[in-house]
Amino acid sequence: MDFGSINPALLIASIMISATPILLAAIGEMVVEKAGVLNLGVEGMMITGAVVGFAVAVTLTSPGFGFVAAAFAGAALSLVFALLTQFLLSNQVATGLGLTLAGLGLSSLIGKPYEGMKSPPMPKLDIPVLSDLPIVGRMLFSHDAMVYVSLLLVVAVWAFLKYTRAGLILRAVGESHDSAHALGYKVIPIRIAAILFGGACAGMGGAYLSLVRVPQWTEGMTAGAGWIALAIVVFASWRAGRVAVGAYLFGGVTVLQLNLQAAGANVPVSLLSASPYIITILVLVIISARGVHGAPASLGRSFHATH
Amino acid sequence: MIRLEKRPEPSRLWTATTPLLAVALTMIVGGLLFAVLGADPFEAIRTIFWDPLFHPQFAAYSRPQLLVKAGPLILIAIGLSIGFKAGIWNIGAEGQYIIGAVCGAGVGLAFYPSENVLIFPLMIVAGALGGWAWAMIPAVLKTKFGTNEILVSLMLVYVAQNVLIAMSTGLLRNPEGMGFPGSRNFKQWDAVHNAEIVANTGMHWGVVAAFIAVIAAYVLMSRHIQGFNIRLSGEAPRAARFAGVSPARIVFLCLGLAGALAGMAGLFEVTGPAGQLTDKFNAGYGFTAIIVAFLGRLHPVGILLAGLLMALTYIGGELAQLMLGLPGAAIQLFQGMLLFFLLATDVFTNYRLRFGAGAAA
Amino acid sequence: MKRRTLLASAALALSLGTGAFAQDPEVTAGFIYIGPPGDGGWTYEHDQARQKMEAHFDGRVKTIYQENVPESADAERAITQMALSGADIIFTTSFGYMDPTLAVAEKFPNVKFEHATGYKRADNVSTYSARFYEGRAIQGHIAGSMTKTNKIGYIASVPIPEVIRGINSAYIHAKKVNPDVEFSIIWLYTWFDPAKEADAARALIENGADVVLQHTDSTAPQAAAKEAGNVITFGQASDMAEYAPMPRVSSIIDDWAPYYIDRVQAVLDGTWESTDTWDGIGAGMVGIGDITDAVPEDVKAEALELKDKIASGEYHPFTGPINKQDGSVWLAEGETAPDGDLLGMNFYVEGLTAEVPN
Repeated sequence: MDFGSINPALLIASIMISATPILLAAIGEMVVEKAGVLNLGVEGMMITGAVVGFAVAVTLTSPGFGFVAAAFAGAALSLVFALLTQFLLSNQVATGLGLTLAGLGLSSLIGKPYEGMKSPPMPKLDIPVLSDLPIVGRMLFSHDAMVYVSLLLVVAVWAFLKYTRAGLILRAVGESHDSAHALGYKVIPIRIAAILFGGACAGMGGAYLSLVRVPQWTEGMTAGAGWIALAIVVFASWRAGRVAVGAYLFGGVTVLQLNLQAAGANVPVSLLSASPYIITILVLVIISARGVHGAPASLGRSFHATH
Repeated sequence: MIRLEKRPEPSRLWTATTPLLAVALTMIVGGLLFAVLGADPFEAIRTIFWDPLFHPQFAAYSRPQLLVKAGPLILIAIGLSIGFKAGIWNIGAEGQYIIGAVCGAGVGLAFYPSENVLIFPLMIVAGALGGWAWAMIPAVLKTKFGTNEILVSLMLVYVAQNVLIAMSTGLLRNPEGMGFPGSRNFKQWDAVHNAEIVANTGMHWGVVAAFIAVIAAYVLMSRHIQGFNIRLSGEAPRAARFAGVSPARIVFLCLGLAGALAGMAGLFEVTGPAGQLTDKFNAGYGFTAIIVAFLGRLHPVGILLAGLLMALTYIGGELAQLMLGLPGAAIQLFQGMLLFFLLATDVFTNYRLRFGAGAAA
Repeated sequence: MKRRTLLASAALALSLGTGAFAQDPEVTAGFIYIGPPGDGGWTYEHDQARQKMEAHFDGRVKTIYQENVPESADAERAITQMALSGADIIFTTSFGYMDPTLAVAEKFPNVKFEHATGYKRADNVSTYSARFYEGRAIQGHIAGSMTKTNKIGYIASVPIPEVIRGINSAYIHAKKVNPDVEFSIIWLYTWFDPAKEADAARALIENGADVVLQHTDSTAPQAAAKEAGNVITFGQASDMAEYAPMPRVSSIIDDWAPYYIDRVQAVLDGTWESTDTWDGIGAGMVGIGDITDAVPEDVKAEALELKDKIASGEYHPFTGPINKQDGSVWLAEGETAPDGDLLGMNFYVEGLTAEVPN
């Protein structure tokens, strides 16, 4: 067997492309969960973002507007979730599943006229000097803008949660909504803001699939990416930096598996496809066993102010 | 200003009327959706809710099919609801369903082509054990390390799906199947075929099991001390601990039960309606059952009705596709709306609406 | 079975808008689809053929269809409901519908069933499939002639005989014109997952392939190849002409329309019989899409000549001497492969380096 044909620079560049949609969705979902809300509707919001982003990008021949529209579409769908869970106190697990169902249905209705169309190409950034570096230039500095946006978003979320007062309040709301409420913080508006942010990120992640990674619109094209994003948040034990690591790992396993096959290795496809999930469970066990329960304490619980 | 005020007791009136209200709201909004898509809304709603039951041409076939479709949903949802009552969020029933089917089918195929009547019962046991074992993974991890069962059980769904692909294209593949994926057809093997018990009723053993589960769950939750312990653990975990209820035991009981029922449902499905273990036999029943559990308000009788309602929208939706040319996606959206309205109106069961600024409570 | 008119009135007139009131349709033809008609590949072509067939009969035939029917217990119900709704002939267009189709056929002896790509038949169940491997031979010829890196990538779906046949056929003909050619094969275990298909295409290209063949249904690999630049591809199942002239230089098109017209005509005439059809280029079931100018003139001429020879029956893509991968003799000099061998093909031919997954 000869793996010489695998070019590490290209491999990493591919992994970055394949990781970006799940990274965007996961970083958004992490903020939602940090606020104590479990939204299982990521898949639904992603695919809605994918179709709306694609439709707008094609209509206006501008991928940039596509991403903006996708963010709004994802946020709009998440607003349904926010209203149900925050005002009407519905169960978050069931509402999230309903959101996925509705999102899948809605997206294929919207998408019918756009099947078989091609998206306008997303320009690759040509960063002076950096892009021209040997190997590293091709590997890290010749991507489209969204790859860097997603990474900047990770940094921004990390800084926001760690250093800002607003971030502290958001975490407090996620840890104990009753105490946060007693301290005078508005639990529900804060959670709604987090949910909308999560929706917008998932929407952009979906649009990255339909505008860059595939790029075209087809029904059901997210094919479980939203669920992977949920796994990544867990894998990352709710830390921004690890979300990036997790997304690249998940994306990496997929791409590496394909590359090994392309290089002629006889790989057990099922085992490799299942491995990221098994690793996630192991990580979960390790962080739990250390006694550091990474999960926000109020995760998934409804809040109702009694006074 | 409108405020919500918690009721001391859930309202019985609202518990009964909110589902009807939700269905009515779904019909109105769904009707509008169908009208936008160019169908006659009244016709569409009638096709979905009425025709599967009473259409002169279809009903004789689709009425039994309601049971076929609802059976596994109810069986899985009953198991899940008991856990949900205890605050144990197993959302990986799909995985337990798959593994149950794989184990049950695997055990059965080991005896092919024997016509021994004991094989089928053995397969049911193997199916239940398979589902149980798969659910024990999150249970053990939760009790031993405190890992979150929502996430572990969900991750295991994807592991199970890959196991299913590997099995249906590998070990359990039909050796006479011309190299195509999928196991032998259980419908052509009398000893294990989970056929209708009475022809044209849709009643197969899985449906019978679902009915038994409904009754057993009802008795357990309302008459049995374990049922009380389960509810107490969910509603007041600390009080439960003081009362000497072991949280670990509740976790094992609830996850194990849900896993075993889901595993059995999987086995009944592959030996009955699906007929074959293929990489796509599962069709998302484990996730839909979560919706059914909530639609049924986690109550056994409610779940029975919710399972039938869900089956009705599936089969009615198929008829609407066939006869009115409505896209399948519209039906999916319609089901999503139904769920949203049910969840939204549920608030009236536990809370009272108060108008005006009102004095602080 | 007698059709009742209850449905036929309001409901069905709404459905797919045929020539509605011009005349009452004499025959209703139903179709069960595995995917959405907008997949751009497999289901798309079945749906195109359905429309062509309906147009051909100009009001005499009405068509109905159900899309996204999973290969689970739902399939049997979907087929039964279609039979109940009064369909006279039902085309079930995916392999996974085989056992459900036979089960329903038993209950509706007066309805005709046509199952695509299967091998089980009954008095009222025919099977039909296309000799896609004939098209693969032409692809292989063009691919072998045009590759500069001598590496050809192949995106395979599920390891079943049809897919293995395609790989072998393409390889044999690529090797004939270019003895140095190598095949890299990626198995995706899915027929349709655009994101995975795009990733697979990228992986093959990055590993040096400058030709990508696909046996999956979406156009995602075409888009990935276009982005990469100097890579050529072939449309699969449908023409995928939106990617011509580069990267898509030709295609294998499933043209089911002549078959559908033929079979429905037989129902109209009352001459329908259960048959087993396995047609190729000659009968028009397998079409070769326009070979673009990206292909050098001489290669194009050779490819067209090969196509004519296959169509006329003068040449069989599996003509000996061909050895199996382990070196044992499969076909002796001049011997052509019997259909039985092809239908159950589970081995690679000599020269392919990968292993058939099991």
